Amino acid sequence: MTGAPAVEAVDLVKDFGETRAVDGVSLSVPVGSIYGLLGPNGAGKTTTLRMLLGIIDPSSGTRNVLGHGRPIDAAAEVGYLPEERGLYPAMHARDAIAFMGALRGLSLREGRRRADELLKEHGLGDWAKKPIRNLSKGMAQTVQLLGTIIHKPRLIVLDEPFSGLDAINQARLEERIRGEARNGATVIFSTHVIAHAERLCERIAIIAKGKVAFEGRVDEARSRLRPIVRLRTRASHGPWRSVIPADAREEGDHLVFELPASGPEPLLKALIDGGAGIEALSIERPGLHDAFVAIAGESAAEAMVEKEPEP
Amino acid sequence: MSRMLRGAFVIGRRDFSATVLSKTFLFFLLGPLFPLMFGGIFGGIGASVASQREKPVVAVVASQSDFDTLSAARERLADAIDDEKLIGLVRFAPEPDAAAQQKRLLETSDPPIHAVLTGIPAHPKLTGAIHFDGTTARQLQLMLADAGVTPTQDSRLAVTPTATTSGSLSKDRAITGQIGQTVLFFLTLLLSTMLLSQLVEEKSNKIVEVVAAAVPIESLFVGKLFAMLAASVLGLLVWTAAGAAVIASLKQGGLGALPTPAMGWPGFLMLTVAYFAMNYLLLGAVFLTIGAQASTVREVQTLSMPVTFAQVVIFGFAATSAVSPNSGVGLAAAIFPLSSPLAMVARAAQQPDLWPHVAAILWQMLWVALILWLGAKLFRKTVLKSGPGLRWWRLGRT
Repeated sequence: MTGAPAVEAVDLVKDFGETRAVDGVSLSVPVGSIYGLLGPNGAGKTTTLRMLLGIIDPSSGTRNVLGHGRPIDAAAEVGYLPEERGLYPAMHARDAIAFMGALRGLSLREGRRRADELLKEHGLGDWAKKPIRNLSKGMAQTVQLLGTIIHKPRLIVLDEPFSGLDAINQARLEERIRGEARNGATVIFSTHVIAHAERLCERIAIIAKGKVAFEGRVDEARSRLRPIVRLRTRASHGPWRSVIPADAREEGDHLVFELPASGPEPLLKALIDGGAGIEALSIERPGLHDAFVAIAGESAAEAMVEKEPEP
Repeated sequence: MSRMLRGAFVIGRRDFSATVLSKTFLFFLLGPLFPLMFGGIFGGIGASVASQREKPVVAVVASQSDFDTLSAARERLADAIDDEKLIGLVRFAPEPDAAAQQKRLLETSDPPIHAVLTGIPAHPKLTGAIHFDGTTARQLQLMLADAGVTPTQDSRLAVTPTATTSGSLSKDRAITGQIGQTVLFFLTLLLSTMLLSQLVEEKSNKIVEVVAAAVPIESLFVGKLFAMLAASVLGLLVWTAAGAAVIASLKQGGLGALPTPAMGWPGFLMLTVAYFAMNYLLLGAVFLTIGAQASTVREVQTLSMPVTFAQVVIFGFAATSAVSPNSGVGLAAAIFPLSSPLAMVARAAQQPDLWPHVAAILWQMLWVALILWLGAKLFRKTVLKSGPGLRWWRLGRT
């Protein structure tokens, strides 16, 4: 985890017409790490990944992928699984995998050999010579993932890899990602599901409305957030209310708020002295989800509302 | 550059094998053969009807008495065989300069003379655009034998085939040019439509995203274009072989019965193939550029309508110029890149110079490259940006 990062982006901006889809994104992905791009749909994750991969060029800003200023120069060492999966329906599974390898510079013969091996490993050996259209959706996704890693890339980019997978396949994919990282590959994936990022990533970038709201280690993100207090009292009013932050919200008969900067002691003292009558009290360390909401803030919340296109 | 070509090769190889191994390709191959086969059957009927109208006429340069003898023999033959199937005979009185007369007769178009018979009764000699073993020569031989005008030991009629009668040569060459144009036009239309639908299939498959991340976009365009070209050349070979077989079985003398182009057959055929490739590459590049903008089959249908119409206009433009390659229209059609291949094929049929073709092919290649470059640029700009992650943005704009 020392030396030059596998991927570095500085101030990437992408304008589509009048709209700025990505607004000054900077990232640094250490070699051999699992890196999560976290954000609501439409936050600019896919556009950022596409710029990193060289599918589109940024309006301004620079990128460096595996030491290459032009990402296409690193193509042979990169594997990419787009969000919308695509395979030729008439192609046999092994040929589809070998074709994806060939695009990245692998010979067709070697590609077929590895494809047979990988398919067997994944219990799809019987399907190697069947056309893709005969495969179930899950199988086809596996085939595409195998095609993404067939050429043993040093950098693997996965755009929303978990969407459309059932729980079992999600767990398998997580294991696969960890395995690739153990073998030295750098993995970048985007997701709008915080749990995946929380389980897998060492570092994350939270993207909202085209901007990086946070970039760093997952525990750093968490530590940005104060612990959350959940409190139930017998009395609903009293002088003790003065220590409760103004933005506290009511959840049922509980009050939920961030632990004030002064810490738990003044809070407890005020509650007891004020005769609030504590029935239940918990002070919890925030999860990444809370951190996300706190970091991405209102902008992310707004984007979340906007995310589903209306017909 | 080498990466671009390598990528193009990978894409082209897949496209080619996918195209050639598909069932659709079999239909593509067989498609034109059906009309040819039916053409063969009905053409047999049609051919006899046509030959009625175009009964070959032989000019007989002989004295009245010699001609009467021959004419009587023809009448007797007509009793046995349908008169309509026999060649016609017209007498011309011998002139002092026999060679000049023969040449003049072959050039006459009223009546259209197919051959000239001279030297009867002693040394019958037939000269004209006929086949050595063809119907005309054989019928004439029968008539001559019946008329008893073959006193020489050599009972065979001396036949001197000429390439074509010079009077109708330039017109025939223009026809060869127009046939070339028409074949080229329809083939290209068929192929570019296929190319268009293939590209849309690609886009709806979303495979394009994987490809675009791995190789330069130019590779995608070039690979697709050349794969289709290779597949179509394969088709062309099958069709040409089948077509030649049909023509050979229908027309006596086979391909030799078609008027020889000014370039000669080998040169003309080579140029036809070259111009087919160029025409296809030019229009294919345009179609790819347009197809790249369409995202659904319906959009392609909407788009291909005006494009097809434009192609017909270009074809018409080139066809107008076919008759006179050196006129203003002819030169304009040869210079305008999209009509250039069609116009130049017609020129190849009519004019023997080689250098205009070299210049034209280079010119056309330049345009292929230019259109491809532009297409790739547009593709990158307009298509790849509209990814799924950006729907919110597109929504926000409306």
